[in-house]
Amino acid sequence: MGAALEIRNLHVSVEGKPILRGVDLTVKQGEVHALMGPNGSGKSTLANVLLGNPAYEVTGGEIIFKGENILEQEPDVRSRAGLFLAFQYPVSIPGVTLANFLRLAINARLKAEDPESKGISIGDFRKLMRAKMDMLQMDHSFAGRYLNEGFSGGEKKRAEILQMAVLQPSVAILDETDSGLDIDALRIVSEGVNKLRGPGLGVLVITHYQRILNYIRPEFVHVMYNGRIVESGGPDLALRLEETGYDWVRERFEVVE
Amino acid sequence: MVAVTRRRPTAPDAPSYSRADIEALSEKLKEPTWLRDSRLAAWELYEELPMPDRALEEWRRTDYRSLRWDEAGRMSASLDSRLTAIPAANREPLAGEEQGGFLAFINGEVVHSEAADSLSRQGIVFTDLSTACRLHEDLVRPNLMTRAVKPGEGKFAALHAALWTHGAFVYVPRGTAAELPIHIVMYNDQPGATLGHVLVIVEDGAQATVLVDYLSAQAQSQSVYVGATELLVGSGANLRYVSLQDWDRQMFEFSYQRARVGRDAALDWVIGTMGSRFVKSFIEVELDGTGANVQVSGMFFADKGQFFDLDTQQNHNAPLTTSNLLFKGAAKDTARSLWQGMIKSLPDMQKIDGFQACRNLVLSDEARMDAIPGLEIEADDVRCTHAATFGTLEEQPVFYLMSRGIPRDQAELMVAEGFFEELLERIPFERVQARLRASLEAKIIGSR
Repeated sequence: MGAALEIRNLHVSVEGKPILRGVDLTVKQGEVHALMGPNGSGKSTLANVLLGNPAYEVTGGEIIFKGENILEQEPDVRSRAGLFLAFQYPVSIPGVTLANFLRLAINARLKAEDPESKGISIGDFRKLMRAKMDMLQMDHSFAGRYLNEGFSGGEKKRAEILQMAVLQPSVAILDETDSGLDIDALRIVSEGVNKLRGPGLGVLVITHYQRILNYIRPEFVHVMYNGRIVESGGPDLALRLEETGYDWVRERFEVVE
Repeated sequence: MVAVTRRRPTAPDAPSYSRADIEALSEKLKEPTWLRDSRLAAWELYEELPMPDRALEEWRRTDYRSLRWDEAGRMSASLDSRLTAIPAANREPLAGEEQGGFLAFINGEVVHSEAADSLSRQGIVFTDLSTACRLHEDLVRPNLMTRAVKPGEGKFAALHAALWTHGAFVYVPRGTAAELPIHIVMYNDQPGATLGHVLVIVEDGAQATVLVDYLSAQAQSQSVYVGATELLVGSGANLRYVSLQDWDRQMFEFSYQRARVGRDAALDWVIGTMGSRFVKSFIEVELDGTGANVQVSGMFFADKGQFFDLDTQQNHNAPLTTSNLLFKGAAKDTARSLWQGMIKSLPDMQKIDGFQACRNLVLSDEARMDAIPGLEIEADDVRCTHAATFGTLEEQPVFYLMSRGIPRDQAELMVAEGFFEELLERIPFERVQARLRASLEAKIIGSR
């Protein structure tokens, strides 16, 4: 039985303003979904809410992960349960190296399971980091740099994928991972994601453009507009959006208020 | 209307020391006449000066009326303490693997004094101040509270000059480089009053690194520390000076710290303020010689009911002088901090470059932080800048770290460390950095 992330009739507000107005979506382990939509449709809000960003207020609905409603859980608990968010704008943390950060993240998992745990040994951790960096064709010196500090756009996104590779989530949300990347960087990042694909990983790729879906090929495509998923289909839906843009979505689903 | 009665007295309480206390102390320390006389002269001044209260500008925002002198002012009892009573971490070198000298006090008594042979071969004097007053009058007498901190500048400076209980003396002769760092620990495990002094003389062209630890064991009753630090840095000399304060939460500290820096000399001064219930500290640099260059780096973190008041002053008394002062601090719970900075220049001191900044991280709604920069410049060809900033812990980086499975307190600690990183990077000693990081961790995680 694979794990699943089930979003049921989710309503979310920011500073009193409704952003999500009843979202339903299920992502199972092993599946790749794409969530597309014009700017302001609520895609990034959904990504943030799934991990429990306190800036957003859930006003209705449920988020079920591995059979449990996680709405009341803090972001760290959700992460340790196997959810992952690759950020659109990864935050830089001066003074903390990428390696130390990931070691802390792994140790937080081990300690949550067993409070007596002494954490991963330095040797095991090095091996793990090297293996994942090699898999993603990343220079080993990357691990010694301060987290996202002075990273280029492409480096930040690759560092997100490295974190995903090390933390091995069962469902990962990629929030506009393609934004700000040139075609080479996009290809490298996508290849990284593809290497992690498999029966143990469900992926929700959030994007404005179809471009990234040429590299990370989804089985399911959803269109979000005005805080709801208005259309779901197969990969051909993404191609249709590429050809026609979002205008037909706006025309069909414009909310008359 | 309900009448609210405040138990707190309207004016600060005053200590009840007498001339006889000064005479008894001088007698006990077997001091030379010149020293006894200078103490008594300071006592005269002390009696003339008023207890500072909020009518004075420098004390306008400073409230120490909760200090009970009858309890805190009793002279700290001297017991036959041993060096090992001091926490092991504070007996370790603070810089490098080896220390050139190590002097430790408990409740104002010397419990350990060692100096590497290389120091005495080089003519360096490193001993406690009482011994130095007896054996090195020629070095001490012209410099003790005559050039840097003076008894007349305030009630507590006069009290210190009259009643100082212990001190450390470092003298590095002309052209000599003390290769190994010198470490001083002032530790108290009994409540009461101690008045510690540090006098460092680095003559022309000489170099030294001096690190001082102030700390005390957890106490049930109030204590007071009235301190003075004097750093005399000669022409072309180089001093790296670190002082880390981690008194327990019943301590009230009043201290004057001043450096005089000569022509083309360099001072790198690091100040860590973590402990005490109350701190009022004057930190001043006098850039006396052309080309003098000073960097001051201060880190503070007030939590629970702590109150820190740090007054810094950069006095450019010569042309072509450079000063760069950065304080970074945090306050949480109901703590309060206050930084008042000033850059001054004498008239027509051209080509001076002065910088002062205090950056504040406010970690709770009840905490209050103030930062008041100031400039008094009487020259045209100068570059003097100041900054005071305030911020809260940003939620987005905390969320980012938590989204990787790191618990909130750890995440907040990492973001706070990020805030202090700019300051920590200025400190040339890894162990000092580590000590400050450990204090940060204890304040953010430990006190929950």
